[in-house]
Amino acid sequence: MLVWLAHILHFSFFHSGPVRTALLVGGCAAVVCAVIGVFTILRGHAFAGHALGDVSSAGGSASFFLGISPLAGFLGIAAIAAMSLEFLGVRRVRDQDVATGIVLGAGLGLSALFLYFDITTTSTTGAAVTVMFGSMFALSPSLIWPSIIVAILGLGTVSVLYRPLLLSVADPELAATRGISNRWVGMLHLLALAGAVALAALSVGSVLASALLIGPAAAALRVSRRPCVAISWAIILGLVAVWGGIWLAYESYYWFSGNAWPVSFFVVVIIFAMYLLGAPCQQLLRRRVRVAEPLPEGTER
Amino acid sequence: MFASFMINTWIAATIIAVTAGILGFFVVLRRSAFAAHALPIGAFPGAAAAQLLGIQPLWGLLAFVAVGVALLQQLQRLGRRDVAAGLVLVTLMASGALLLSMTKAYGPGVFALLFGEVLGVSSADLLPVTIISAVVMVGVICLYRPLLLQSAFPALAVARGIRAGTTDLLFLILLGLVTAMALPVVGTLLVFSLLVVPAATAQTLSSHPTRAFVLSVVLAVGLMWSAIAFSFWTDWPIGFFVGAVGATLFSSARIFRFVRSRWRSTTAVAPSGPLNPAVFTRPT
Amino acid sequence: MAYREKVSIASDGKRDGADYEAIAESRVPNYSAAIVKGSMEQTGTPLLSAEDITVRIGTRVLLQNVTFSIGPGEFCGLIGENGAGKTTLLRSLIGLQHSPHGRVRVCGLPPAKARDWVGYVPQKINFAPDLPLRVFDLVLLGCDGHRLGPRWFSRRLREQAHKAICAVGAEGFAYQRIGELSGGQQQRAVIAHAMARQPRLLLLDEPLANLDFRSASELAQLLGHLSRVHGISVLVTAHDINPLLSLLDRIVYLAKGRAASGSIEEVVQEETLSRLYGYPVAVIKHGGKLLVLPDVGPREGEDGCYVVPDARSAEGV
Repeated sequence: MLVWLAHILHFSFFHSGPVRTALLVGGCAAVVCAVIGVFTILRGHAFAGHALGDVSSAGGSASFFLGISPLAGFLGIAAIAAMSLEFLGVRRVRDQDVATGIVLGAGLGLSALFLYFDITTTSTTGAAVTVMFGSMFALSPSLIWPSIIVAILGLGTVSVLYRPLLLSVADPELAATRGISNRWVGMLHLLALAGAVALAALSVGSVLASALLIGPAAAALRVSRRPCVAISWAIILGLVAVWGGIWLAYESYYWFSGNAWPVSFFVVVIIFAMYLLGAPCQQLLRRRVRVAEPLPEGTER
Repeated sequence: MFASFMINTWIAATIIAVTAGILGFFVVLRRSAFAAHALPIGAFPGAAAAQLLGIQPLWGLLAFVAVGVALLQQLQRLGRRDVAAGLVLVTLMASGALLLSMTKAYGPGVFALLFGEVLGVSSADLLPVTIISAVVMVGVICLYRPLLLQSAFPALAVARGIRAGTTDLLFLILLGLVTAMALPVVGTLLVFSLLVVPAATAQTLSSHPTRAFVLSVVLAVGLMWSAIAFSFWTDWPIGFFVGAVGATLFSSARIFRFVRSRWRSTTAVAPSGPLNPAVFTRPT
Repeated sequence: MAYREKVSIASDGKRDGADYEAIAESRVPNYSAAIVKGSMEQTGTPLLSAEDITVRIGTRVLLQNVTFSIGPGEFCGLIGENGAGKTTLLRSLIGLQHSPHGRVRVCGLPPAKARDWVGYVPQKINFAPDLPLRVFDLVLLGCDGHRLGPRWFSRRLREQAHKAICAVGAEGFAYQRIGELSGGQQQRAVIAHAMARQPRLLLLDEPLANLDFRSASELAQLLGHLSRVHGISVLVTAHDINPLLSLLDRIVYLAKGRAASGSIEEVVQEETLSRLYGYPVAVIKHGGKLLVLPDVGPREGEDGCYVVPDARSAEGV
């Protein structure tokens, strides 16, 4: 078994430093994005999540000419954008689409400016591609610990808010009746979302960050009836997508005679396949529900 | 600023702004800003593909837009609209990442396609822009009332025999055409901003459909012109100015509406008058 | 005695259930309004009291000096025309309405502190079809949805949720995704959610709207059952009060921002209702049951009476 595994994965796979960094940072991003993505989709914030990813590219590009850590750049701008979204009323269904669009337009504009500065001041022409599409194998190992901390902070926020968030997602009015402040819950969720998206932007690139956020969670929501099951499935699918993508990209170096395909491409392809496979699984689940589970004892009327 | 090499830019930008302002009115009304973002971004790898194959960028863009529209239409049936748009976007963009990794010499081109570089419009570029704009405008004029009804009151539209799926598809096709036409000239960011910002501002300011429609076109042209002027003077990328001016416009419209609603809340709600059945009686 | 069991269920836990039992003891299945009033006088203080509630938005007065009270175990209807402020009143009773003036006391506590004693069922409930919540999960959230941190397994909590589900008769679909249920079933699920903490007062905003005859009358029977057997006070707003008429103890009515209350006999009269709705209303007695109907039809020489055009042509006018 072990020999077989080692043969498939090539011995050098786990020995390579960049691969280990990519596996760790990408894994963090996958887990946080999966958990927060479930709530994001249910709140109807998929566009907002994507916009935060795109906007955080401004931070990524600023980090090039400011010389700060890219994670700090992504995180800072994403947090600012999250607060502007809240200010423009992303919580109200009526305004959410337009508010997100405005923040996205302004943020991408800022990103254009910073990338322009990158090109003119530091002559790094590849900055646009790196920021937009990510380059997982070029991640600096010094990012591992900050990524883990951001991941833990994001997961901590969601697990503390788990029940109020769930109720607020199900119906804000019901949540308000129980004394939950939808405003605070929404704001903290947006901040956690900003953290998750910043991590994803760091690993698969800011334009593709929403793939990790939306894909696994959307696929998981189709096949599960319970919140914790949905979250567990999302985590599993997210990890499979990211780690599978990294492995395929690593292997593709051998397939295409030294011309490796990008990690982001494989990650997204796996995620898209998962979402499409969700439909037949959903049919199976429907069929299973019709044969209702027996009730526990002592619940008869 | 109005030198001979800029004339083409001004003409193309104005045509694009007018078309985007018109279509943007429906983008905001139908709340499909995500689709309006996903199609331009998703189409962008088309240019890279075209370069790889050595054909005109417009054909590559049109091909990718067609794929995007078809995927979007199918995925919308499967689940939530925003999830569908997000997945279409990332899927097309991932293929873009692959294509970019194959054509190494495309770095500066990426920037231009993403954020726009309007200073280099040739006369040859003007022709497709004009033709496609004309097609889209005729399309919107023909579809104005069904689109308006279907966007504002989907249930009423069904009662009048307007099918949601067909309208949706036609709308997405129009959106795709605008995208493919404007993308090589102004870049994805500008296409998206021009589609959303002026219309959103106009609909914040006026709830009258025709007035908002006209205002949306006027604001789009104003936004485009001011962005070109600023970009020309400062030499900074035009995308930044479109974003910044757009955000300022929208925020001031919001503040204006807030102040006006405070001022108006003193007036009471008008009571509804009695129905007049005589109006409805059929002549015998 | 099935009823006795239910009462003991309702009264266990940390709360003092003595008055629940007192009410339930004094009741027989075919109870009448007189018995309820009697029990209310026995236990003394009203469960819910609202004094001088005034709500303004801008300069528009939505509610003005609304005063009324509900006793333990009472089943009250809240009626009034569109825009009379029914929802606003309910929201200010649970402390959701911004800046209401006046004094609301639930079990002697202000609304913000009495959340455990009140269950609220809002008017519009739209659960997304892909919401990964079963009815059981929603009811569990009704027990502890406001708590922070993840939930650890608790047998007591699950039993509590099961009781609420049984109380509304939702056992059949307790393990189905809530977004895939029918409107009536969702309504029951939300009532179970509101019942999860064993409240003493249940507020429902238009629970019968958009339900067919059968679901509406079943739901009305269910509410009557909750009030009668579990001793819960119920305040329910409704446009079509017919399914509720045989169950209501009292009617509170709102008109032009002001409120008044009365017994069924006092309120359900053609004059009162016509004045309240500003529209002719007929009250018909049929087989010992009251029916309230809008008074439409060709009546010659009367103003304020609209005739459907097609109906007129059908009669050859």
